[in-house]
Amino acid sequence: MNRKAVWFGFVFVFAMLLGAIAQAVEPVKIGAVFSVTGPASFLGEPKRNTVKMLEADINRSGGILGRPVEFIVYDDESDATKTVTAVDRLIKKDRVAAIIGPSISGNTLAVIPKAGAEKIPLISCAAAKKITSPVHPYIFKVAPSDLLAAKRIFQDMKNRKLAKVAIITASDGYGAGGREDMKELAPQMGISIVADEVYGPKDTDMTAQLTKIKGTDAQAIVCWGTNPGPAVIARNRVQLGIKTPLYMSSGVASKKFIELAGAENAEGILLPAARLIVEPQIPADHPQKKVIVNYIKDYEGKYKQPVSTFGGHAHDAVGILVQAIKDANSTDPKAIRDALEKVKGFQGTWGEFNFTPEEHTGLTEEAFVMVKIVNGDWQMLK
Amino acid sequence: MPTASALLQYVISGATVGSTYGLAALGFTVIYNTAGIINFAQGEFVMLGGMLAVFALRWGGVPLPLAVPLAVLAVTVVGIMVNRVTIRPVRGRSPLTLIIITIGVSILLRGGAMLIFGKDTFALPAFSGGGPIQVGGAALLPQSLWVFGITLLTVLGMKFFFEHTLTGKAMLACSSDRKAASLMGIHVDFMVTLSFAFSAFVGAVGGVILAPITLTAYDAGILLGLKGFAACILGGLGNPFGAVIGGILLGILESLGAGFISSGYKDAVAFIIMLGLLFWRPSGLFGGSQAERV
Repeated sequence: MNRKAVWFGFVFVFAMLLGAIAQAVEPVKIGAVFSVTGPASFLGEPKRNTVKMLEADINRSGGILGRPVEFIVYDDESDATKTVTAVDRLIKKDRVAAIIGPSISGNTLAVIPKAGAEKIPLISCAAAKKITSPVHPYIFKVAPSDLLAAKRIFQDMKNRKLAKVAIITASDGYGAGGREDMKELAPQMGISIVADEVYGPKDTDMTAQLTKIKGTDAQAIVCWGTNPGPAVIARNRVQLGIKTPLYMSSGVASKKFIELAGAENAEGILLPAARLIVEPQIPADHPQKKVIVNYIKDYEGKYKQPVSTFGGHAHDAVGILVQAIKDANSTDPKAIRDALEKVKGFQGTWGEFNFTPEEHTGLTEEAFVMVKIVNGDWQMLK
Repeated sequence: MPTASALLQYVISGATVGSTYGLAALGFTVIYNTAGIINFAQGEFVMLGGMLAVFALRWGGVPLPLAVPLAVLAVTVVGIMVNRVTIRPVRGRSPLTLIIITIGVSILLRGGAMLIFGKDTFALPAFSGGGPIQVGGAALLPQSLWVFGITLLTVLGMKFFFEHTLTGKAMLACSSDRKAASLMGIHVDFMVTLSFAFSAFVGAVGGVILAPITLTAYDAGILLGLKGFAACILGGLGNPFGAVIGGILLGILESLGAGFISSGYKDAVAFIIMLGLLFWRPSGLFGGSQAERV
């Protein structure tokens, strides 16, 4: 009995010692929640990979504030309920200093009350305007709102002196959001919407809608949706012999779109996209050139798969957060939050970020470049 | 006011998509006529037709004229297997049990396709090249001609088979009265297998001929199955000719609904007209009046 007590004593002292050692090199803990699996896995997986890659990079170059950094990444399986649980765990169990993610808008909106109430800064990688408007003191985001993409399209139309537009949008969350943004923005920019058509995200033939558009005096068509709908529209447009310029949303800025539509049908389509996809065409003296080139080289070297603009959001979020922690010289959530609002001129893969107490997105429509599809490839317009 | 050429365009587009609804409906009809059940995996046969052709072409390096029949053949084998593995062991149970099994099969096939082919959408090249043909101001794709031609051939073939061959008549006999057919020396199990093979065959044909126009993905079968079923009801359950006409009609209704009323309510327009029609003629457009034995 007595010996057992002594034994316990030893174990106890040993555990204390271990704890003390651990205390000395306590890493900076940062949480991350991404949709690594489920329907939104094409968004979440590159983000998880990016964060894990950057963790290794930061620790190799000495960590943050002389301490190693540890990213605790949870998979929300594209499910809002699981996102809330994951954020709860990050805050209460893992006691992280800040959170990156989630990857989709719905999940972000679901956790804003939680992160806000616990006063933990959260940098979302999703695009919805509602995430940062109205501004919540602890909520930031690095993905440009769809409104900015719509603005870029309308600017391009104005440059070409096109004032009448027909819009065709998917009847899902993304398409409906784009439709609202365009209807809100058009009158402000002196553009009139002469046709407003909708299609189901699973529809396989949009010739009826396009025939209707063909009968109007629209000078341009804007389609808002994610694959495969826009690819079908590109095919149907050529099939119907419609010569009106076609704009796509940033939602199809991947090679998959050109493959699905077929290069001959995609020819001449205009869309706003991140600079990342036209990296070779960015001038060498552009401020984002270096960061984009490095990101592509590191990512493709490590994972042997093509880089995506979605992973770029995670890259920018990590960079901004690390800078804020360094600026604050502290890992206190309140201090990080204050420093985040002061981040200025940060060069990320998506553009130059400038945060203020009123502006928690940091990007402008300059994040998008207009791209034209020529011979099955992107051509950056200037 | 839409012009005549716009109207023609709606009809052409609708009829092209409607042909696939019709072929899916034909598949429902064949199995219903023999086994007396609705096979809810029908949409998956259509999906598999398109997907297997894409993959024979992309991964197998098989040329298109060979990939298409190969895909159709493979789906036919899948159809036979579905019957062998899932339906035959529980034959004689209530139709409801069998129908629920087919729903399970559809989920299995969809899930399997997702794991093997991935979640992406794929495109199949058109069977013959050339740009759209202009007909009275409307555009007609060469592929649409393939769709119409192959659909017509399939329907005529089926009609001939059921009305003029002994095997076809034997299949119909199985649906009228299984026991009597069996007593007459008809091998009922074989007839049911045959009906699954036929139904998978026509489904796959629909899938491959439409894939160049509409693209295909692992989950394309859900909607096609649903529309095919609706077409089947519209044309009168059990009537192969009515099923195809029902499908084409449904496609045209959808297209006109999108063109004249609102693209947001495209599906609703088609289904509302269909519901109205069924109130007026519950047995469908081409279904004979049914006499229930008491």
